[in-house]
Amino acid sequence: MSGSTLATTPDVDELRDLARQGRAHIIRSIATAHGGHLGGPLSAIDMLVALYFRVLKVRPEEPDWPDRDRFILSKGHSSIALYTALALRGYFPVDELTTFDAIDSRLQGHPDMTSTPGVDMSSGSLGLGFSGGLGIALGAKHLGKDFKTYVMLGDGECNEGIVWEAAHVAPRYQLDNLVAIIDHNKLQQFGWHGESLAERLPPYTGTELVDRWSAFGWEVLEMDGHDMESILETMAKSDKTNGQPKAIIAHTVKGKGVSYMENDFTWHSRVPTDDELATAMRELGEESR
Amino acid sequence: MTLTMGKPLRFAFGEAIAELGHHNDRIVVMDGDLGSSTGADIFEKAHPDRFFQMGIAEQNLFGAAAGMASVGLIPFVSTFACFAVARALDSVRVLIAQPEMNVKITGGYAGLLAGMTGKTHLMFDDVAIMRALGHMVVVAPADEIETRQAVAALVDYEGPAYIRLTRPATPILFGDDYQFQLGKVTTVRKGSDVTVFSTGVHTTRVFEAAEQLAGEGIDVHLVHVPTIKPLDVEGIIAAAEKTGLVVTAEEHTIIGGLGGAVSETLGEHRPTLMKRLGLADTFGESGPDDALLEKYGISVSQTADDIKAFVDSQAR
Repeated sequence: MSGSTLATTPDVDELRDLARQGRAHIIRSIATAHGGHLGGPLSAIDMLVALYFRVLKVRPEEPDWPDRDRFILSKGHSSIALYTALALRGYFPVDELTTFDAIDSRLQGHPDMTSTPGVDMSSGSLGLGFSGGLGIALGAKHLGKDFKTYVMLGDGECNEGIVWEAAHVAPRYQLDNLVAIIDHNKLQQFGWHGESLAERLPPYTGTELVDRWSAFGWEVLEMDGHDMESILETMAKSDKTNGQPKAIIAHTVKGKGVSYMENDFTWHSRVPTDDELATAMRELGEESR
Repeated sequence: MTLTMGKPLRFAFGEAIAELGHHNDRIVVMDGDLGSSTGADIFEKAHPDRFFQMGIAEQNLFGAAAGMASVGLIPFVSTFACFAVARALDSVRVLIAQPEMNVKITGGYAGLLAGMTGKTHLMFDDVAIMRALGHMVVVAPADEIETRQAVAALVDYEGPAYIRLTRPATPILFGDDYQFQLGKVTTVRKGSDVTVFSTGVHTTRVFEAAEQLAGEGIDVHLVHVPTIKPLDVEGIIAAAEKTGLVVTAEEHTIIGGLGGAVSETLGEHRPTLMKRLGLADTFGESGPDDALLEKYGISVSQTADDIKAFVDSQAR
């Protein structure tokens, strides 16, 4: 039985427009909350839209459906992107996004599985979500369930030791039902400086991430994390039962979609001014509401 | 009266969980490469398909346990108390305690007696730390009889729990008719001069101290507190009222463990003059068990002396 509840499955053009709307929701929500993160959510939103509308077998009207595919946003500080994808997919009203980070909101600063429908694992202390995802995949194998577990990590998050603790164990149990998507936007919150203090270096360069995940026994794929066709094609390739866990290195741009935010580490967590908000909405083809 | 020597709690745990595994196929054991020490190897022999070796990587051990629990399994996670409580605390706090995951944390080699290992492994602030975590149940059984029952009770209990297990062979305190109740204290010895609350295997030492004190004219009312959280508030108040004089005794620092829990409770509900016995604000070191008990001041004879000194000081 299919997990989808949509009457129609969005095509690539429709996915692109959902992501465009998603970016606008993300930026408005952060502006309304006067806090939160922007750079990471904007690098992740295309992939989240593709996952929730075309990849994951889920039932928004039955978020706890036991046989659903699991998705865990291990880079939990990008929570507003996950909430946006969940809202667009129908887990809760899109209007609720403006309650992000407000007192009593179901939409917590970092994902809380006890409060938000559709959140499969809490996260926010980096690396933990991935470890929880490993346990889900291990449990699914043990129970003979054929759902898959997808975990999105940040490239900066790969600094955490627990990531490599979990990465070491997955191939030992042949967890081909586990897919790690690394949002490789090449900037972390602050990171190491380059020639000047204003220049911040990427957490990993060149083929470092590919090499590391390969060395740990994972089948590594690469994709353009902003190109819907590349995302869908790579997700399809990751879906094979060959005894190997899959790591997808997603090449992305931090702050993608808003000219003045792209590749600027200061937009990791910063609230736009009214003028900046208006500019962002114009660039995204929306009027500021 | 001298108690008969029994098994180490770690082996009682291993046997109990292996037996329970025959009746409940949701039980799994996850090991941090210490199964041959913690008794988890007994479960591996009985249920190799439900034993998951996770290697020497405790942060991931507990994070993965949360994932296993989220799909309906009941993971008993086995490692030493120092690694479960201190090294993996973030995983335990964020993925197990806060979301109330049905994970059972078995802290092996807890306390002062961890086989010549020294300061890294001697974990006697574990109860204080775990008790402070929201939603976390904390249990410290006294002997093999109680350990078996406590492990069974934790299978039935839905939610996160920490159980303190110790390394050396331990005297048997309870008879076959004993009935462990999660969240309840149990009176080990009735007396009228002073109420002593103790927990974990230390209760067996305090029992021997109480028997010794009976010969010296001090009649100890000994109450064993196997569940430190949630604390049996009514049971603690009632037992304190029996004598009006309270001592707590534990193989743990006097900061934040049983002594802390009883102080908080009596301070609020029935202020009572108290003496907390246990380890000082310190760390451990290597040494034979008897020498450690003596040096850190919690041997049977020192416990008897400390209780007597406290009672005498109040009689003057």
